Amino acid sequence: MTDTNSRIAEIVASNDVVLFMKGTPLFPQCGFSSRAVAILEHLGVAYDSVDVLQDMEVRQGIKSFSDWPTIPQLYVKGEFVGGSDIMMEMYEAGELQQLMADSGLTPAS
Amino acid sequence: MPMPAAQIEAMIKAALPDAVVTLTDLAGDDDHWAAHVVSAAFVGKPRVAQHKLVYAALGGRMGGELHALQLTTGVPT
Repeated sequence: MTDTNSRIAEIVASNDVVLFMKGTPLFPQCGFSSRAVAILEHLGVAYDSVDVLQDMEVRQGIKSFSDWPTIPQLYVKGEFVGGSDIMMEMYEAGELQQLMADSGLTPAS
Repeated sequence: MPMPAAQIEAMIKAALPDAVVTLTDLAGDDDHWAAHVVSAAFVGKPRVAQHKLVYAALGGRMGGELHALQLTTGVPT
């Protein structure tokens, strides 16, 4: 458990934008993960993804790491932002764009 | 296991008595819900904290029994 926690902490710390999801951006395995990917694609920022279906420890561990019961989960600059519902609410309010800009993350050209 | 709307609403209201809960059955199967929850308990709290209050009200069912609950929160106007 502690090992998993530090592994997750390492992933979150070493990627500016990282999405823990079911499946991959090309082949999401769940509607919520698919929605999260679509939002990130719309934003156009570079991001990494972790397929929790390939790693049962991370799949369980991420839930206690963030105290959040569901996947996907988005982290920006080491901070937990939320799941797909929050991403959508923030995107629609322009807050996600602002968060990326404030974090110095601009759309890749 | 599908969870009927009345049960979801009752659990949320047990924890957040002032909550106004609007449930939409997304797939017509009693299993894929969108919930909009409005409560004064959310005032001044970031979205993550607001959603956590609702998840806590659902007592650990979120992510298990309740796989597909789309959630939005708001404060009373």
